[in-house]
Amino acid sequence: MDPALEARARHISKGLRCLVCQNQSIDDSDASLAKDLRVLVRERITAGDSNDQVEAYVVSRYGDFVLLKPPFNMTTLVLWLSPLLLFICGTIAIIVFFRRKKKATTTSTPAPLPLTDAEKKRVTELLMEGDQ
Amino acid sequence: MNKHLAFLTPLLVFSILVGYFAIGLTKDPSKLPNMLAGQPVPEFTLAGLQGRDDEGFKNTDLLGDVTLVNVFGSWCEACRVEHPFLMEIKQKNLIPIHAIDWREVDSKAGPLWLKKNGDPYTLVGDDPKSKAAISFGVTGAPETFLVDKKGIIRFKHVGPINKQVWQSTLEPLIVRLNKESRS
Repeated sequence: MDPALEARARHISKGLRCLVCQNQSIDDSDASLAKDLRVLVRERITAGDSNDQVEAYVVSRYGDFVLLKPPFNMTTLVLWLSPLLLFICGTIAIIVFFRRKKKATTTSTPAPLPLTDAEKKRVTELLMEGDQ
Repeated sequence: MNKHLAFLTPLLVFSILVGYFAIGLTKDPSKLPNMLAGQPVPEFTLAGLQGRDDEGFKNTDLLGDVTLVNVFGSWCEACRVEHPFLMEIKQKNLIPIHAIDWREVDSKAGPLWLKKNGDPYTLVGDDPKSKAAISFGVTGAPETFLVDKKGIIRFKHVGPINKQVWQSTLEPLIVRLNKESRS
């Protein structure tokens, strides 16, 4: 087989799940079904299929589960978007936290008011008492 | 935002995740969806087995009758368990059972196995290289497809057919499909 085609076949095979030993790719697996699938991939490539066409054929027989990298579609929306969603939520939480902290330090403890005349008088009295 | 609510958010997210994974754990990953449900049987042409009357088995043979297509192999232990029940189904004369003899290393092994265990099949095709099996989306044996009169796959059963599966699922479905018109 042409090395370029063989390289493509290997690339596709690495992305297809072996249906017998499910966490291996068909490229890794010794299962006989995996072997037959590798042959099928090569046959279809030789027949002129693009990589996507080969994958689409296998998916049409076995479903999305056969792809080791889950495709982006309605059923996998949560899977693909949840990291982004969590990142956005986290960022918002951090911003809110720091804004509040800043607000708390600037507004909730205002500078002490100057003493009133009555207070000043009282202070003087107290000091005088101490002197005696 | 309420301060208490802010503290509860991580717990809430955690609970949702636990629920999500708990449901996931109850699912069997080896059970794949039947991608061919509602679709015509894929095109295939298989040679027949030695010593049998039929000339082989091809997709156009499945037009006209409600049929079962059973995927088996002489190497398959679960098929040995299933086989006596297939013989019983044959006795009922309700539905023709065809078969794909899948991945025989030796082409004599299939015919020999049928001789020993009984032959409930109408047509049998030899599929040593998984040509038909892959186009049916077969992952293991035995698997059985129920095909309607128009050659559309209506149901797939993964694993051995037994009395329970037959009575609760297959037989009622076959009776219903038999009532459908051919065109």
